[in-house]
Amino acid sequence: MVRRRKTLQRLMSRPDADTPSRGVFTRRALVVLGAQMAAFGLLGHRLYGLQVVEGDHFARMAENNRVSRRLIAPPRGRVVDRFGIAVASNKVNWRALLLPEETSDIPGTLDRFSALVPIEARDRARIEREIRHKRRFIPVMLHDFLSWDDMARIELNAPSLPGVLIDVGTTRNYPFGPLMAHVVGYVAPPGDKDVAQDQTLALPGMRVGRAGIEQTQDGLLRGQVGAVEVEVNAVGRLMSELSRDEGQPGDEITLTIDSGLQQAVLGRIADQSASAVVMDCRNGEVLAMVSNPSFDPSLFDSGVSQAQWQEWATDPRTPLINKAVAGVYPPGSTFKPAVAMAALKAGTLSPTDRIFCPGYLDVGGTRFHCWSRYGHGSLTLKEGLKFSCDVFFYEVARRTGMDAIAAASHSFGLGTNLDIELQHTRAGLIPTPEWRRAHGQHWNGGDTIVSGIGQGFVQVTPLQLATYVSRIASGRAVQPHLVRAISGRQTDGTDGGHWPALDMPEPFLAQLRAGMYAVVNEEHGTAPKAKLDIPGVQMAGKTGSAQVRHVSRALRESGHFDSSSLPWEYRPHALFICFAPYDAPRYAAAVVVEHGNAGAAVAAPLARDIMTDTLTRDPANRKEPPGQVVAEVEDFE
Amino acid sequence: MNFQKRLLRAEPNFRILAKLWQVNWLYVLLICALALVGYGALYSAAGGSSRPFAGPQTIRFAIGLVMMVCVALMSPRVLTRLAWPLYGLSLVLLVAVLRMGHVGKGAERWLIVGGVQLQPSELAKIALVLVLATWFHRVSYRRMVNPLYLLPPAAMVLLPVGLVLKEPNLGTAVIIGVVGATIFFGAGMRLWQIALLLLPLPFLGKFAYSHLHDYQKARITTFLNPESDPLGAGYNIIQSKIALGSGGMWGQGYLHGTQGQLNFLPEKQTDFIFTMIAEEWGYVGGIAVIGLLMLMVIGGMLIAMRSRNQFGRLLGLGIATNFFLYCAVNLSMVMGTIPVGGVPLPLISYGGSAMLTVMFGFGLLMSAWVHRNDHFGEAGDRS
Repeated sequence: MVRRRKTLQRLMSRPDADTPSRGVFTRRALVVLGAQMAAFGLLGHRLYGLQVVEGDHFARMAENNRVSRRLIAPPRGRVVDRFGIAVASNKVNWRALLLPEETSDIPGTLDRFSALVPIEARDRARIEREIRHKRRFIPVMLHDFLSWDDMARIELNAPSLPGVLIDVGTTRNYPFGPLMAHVVGYVAPPGDKDVAQDQTLALPGMRVGRAGIEQTQDGLLRGQVGAVEVEVNAVGRLMSELSRDEGQPGDEITLTIDSGLQQAVLGRIADQSASAVVMDCRNGEVLAMVSNPSFDPSLFDSGVSQAQWQEWATDPRTPLINKAVAGVYPPGSTFKPAVAMAALKAGTLSPTDRIFCPGYLDVGGTRFHCWSRYGHGSLTLKEGLKFSCDVFFYEVARRTGMDAIAAASHSFGLGTNLDIELQHTRAGLIPTPEWRRAHGQHWNGGDTIVSGIGQGFVQVTPLQLATYVSRIASGRAVQPHLVRAISGRQTDGTDGGHWPALDMPEPFLAQLRAGMYAVVNEEHGTAPKAKLDIPGVQMAGKTGSAQVRHVSRALRESGHFDSSSLPWEYRPHALFICFAPYDAPRYAAAVVVEHGNAGAAVAAPLARDIMTDTLTRDPANRKEPPGQVVAEVEDFE
Repeated sequence: MNFQKRLLRAEPNFRILAKLWQVNWLYVLLICALALVGYGALYSAAGGSSRPFAGPQTIRFAIGLVMMVCVALMSPRVLTRLAWPLYGLSLVLLVAVLRMGHVGKGAERWLIVGGVQLQPSELAKIALVLVLATWFHRVSYRRMVNPLYLLPPAAMVLLPVGLVLKEPNLGTAVIIGVVGATIFFGAGMRLWQIALLLLPLPFLGKFAYSHLHDYQKARITTFLNPESDPLGAGYNIIQSKIALGSGGMWGQGYLHGTQGQLNFLPEKQTDFIFTMIAEEWGYVGGIAVIGLLMLMVIGGMLIAMRSRNQFGRLLGLGIATNFFLYCAVNLSMVMGTIPVGGVPLPLISYGGSAMLTVMFGFGLLMSAWVHRNDHFGEAGDRS
């Protein structure tokens, strides 16, 4: 060191001690060195600026770089029937994935895999394309919906399948298929519009309810999205987990439906184009709601093919429409109790009044015929209902007026928007002079007459009919509903007595019930076929046949008219409404067989069978489903 | 001193020992210290493992160290004779790499000779320093007044610069040019000559810019405004600054630099190794490394000044300046001060070719130190 210092001193003090070139060199070398040191100084200053002065700013940017928030899709809530049997659930979907970076021999691994679980040529092409295009640590799907056998084979051969892993996903599962389709609805992957409204729907695995309960209860079923904060590297690869919020699984929706009864009702309907609603007439619980034909709701999860859609859309029996809430039909004679109630309330008819039926009624120059050419003679209200005499109700309607009939009908729920948990419902119509005027037309006296037997403009849905008969039976303004509980919490309105009493005196309601009792149980009633075969239990009901095409007087009078010879789509609809047991009403039902021809012959026996099943199963008084096999339900949880 | 003199006059075997004794072991220790920093950084760059970077690099360093000592023992006479063939070889290699070299990211060209990656531009720098030192050793300070004596060495500089520009590797071309110019300056080029030369430079610069490749222009524009293209060309600069900034004063801790360990930092084992060090060790660590580099440059310059022959002086100046330029360009680059170019941080960055040429350069520097008192074939400069 001492020597070096001396050297330096010598260099500094006598720059050109040795040779001229050495002197020049030394000076210039010092200039160069000075410049170099200055450059280092500037770099050090710059480093100070970056690391210390702006350090916080860059540290924040660094944090943003590395922390990535990833959302977790919550499991969608199940939908179960009143006894807890799954109607819509999440089916576990076992998938085999390949992590390309973990195998050195991709074609070999694929060959060995397809020897265990065959891969189609098209899938193979897709897999190879994905492997080429994706980053090597992103798994590529090899095969989904693996069976237990497939998985066992894969697991057993794991050593020869490097990079192959098994992963769990979910798909929506509808164990009952078409049986519940109209009630439960279906889900589909969210569209761009849904995602624009709710960003979380972009998560893989999220589904949006598109119809039925799945649609109306979508917010509850969907649950709360969870989030994981993970540390990622520059290429987005997950390094570690920083925090985790599992989110909230969707609520479980318990329906009022008894899936066993639903199945029994569908079994009775068989292949007719028909709908039926069974209700608990005390509390409004819908125990069965069948609309036939139906569709398979699980098809929507993966997307419906064009051909399938065409087939559904062009079918005259409208499989995609829930006829129970969106099918509107003239109520026909089933409307008569409502007309009677209107008259009783208005005082234009008393229970003891008699009206004579000669087989026709002339009003304002027009002759209105009874269904019986020979007439029914002198009738009381009860007899009018029993024989379903048209002239009786022509006269009652004429006396009462359309506004009073409409008011009573609305009180019964007919022609109103019932607040049921389904979308795409229709209100139907109870026409009034005012409604006619609003459409720029005049209300004729004849319109009232025709409306008196539920024809003309009158249109109702099967659910409205079921509600109507429930209200007649219970005397309360019960509202039909499908949701019984949400995640085990009972929702309002499932208890009897919750609903307010109707604004109708009990004796009047008793008159209607008595008339309906006579229809089924007394000699010469219109629906003897509806008589129950259960000792000590009677059913009350009312038939209805609703014309869909005007039948001319000439044809009718020719005596050769037989509606069953008409083409299917021109035949009248067959309707039947009923409740049982007569002395302590509990269940109400409405049946509409599209173009079934005659209520008494087609709808009444059907309703009797349905009511027999309902009374046998007695879902309202049970906590558990009756012992019989409900369905072969394959349901992985 | 007596012992040394006796040794020097003794048999050849002892002369080698004496020369070994003469090697500036303090400077060698400094080199080893930097190599150790490099080992630590590469160990961290591999996520806390000596493979695949730190281990192989240590082997290369050991080879380089032996080579350095061997070169240090070579006398200036041998080196001056070696200069021309070496320079010729480097030119041949530069032409060869243009014709059949491999192009890496952007444009770094290398040849593969016997399984070893060889970057001819690295060799060209050392060969140029050697050949210029040899030239100016023979052309005295007085004779340099005549510009004709400056033309051949100017051609010696421009030839490799042109070839490297054609690769195209702007950064290395600039470094070669500046090293050459520094030797001209140190050799005693007159100031009026320098002034005359600098006059047309602005026009030359404009001409050069118009002939730059698109990606080189992109580097210049993104350098001026790195946020203009955050995921493209500006990505490297921004990520490097973020990593430096997140290091703060004291650093995130060894092996815990998030940006480096999570690969946000590009080329962290080569060009951006300093960023990684400064992220993990903070400003304190960064300044320490800069300090070590400064000591290396100062030491080199002192060795140059200490030499009693022009060859040794210019050799030392050239090697020290080359080392300095490597460091300065690399540091400026990672701090976003100059456009990014593939210039590694000598002794620390991962890479065999650079490591060996840098050690070969230090061998030359050490030879200048060992033979600092030699006088040989100087062209009558003595008064």
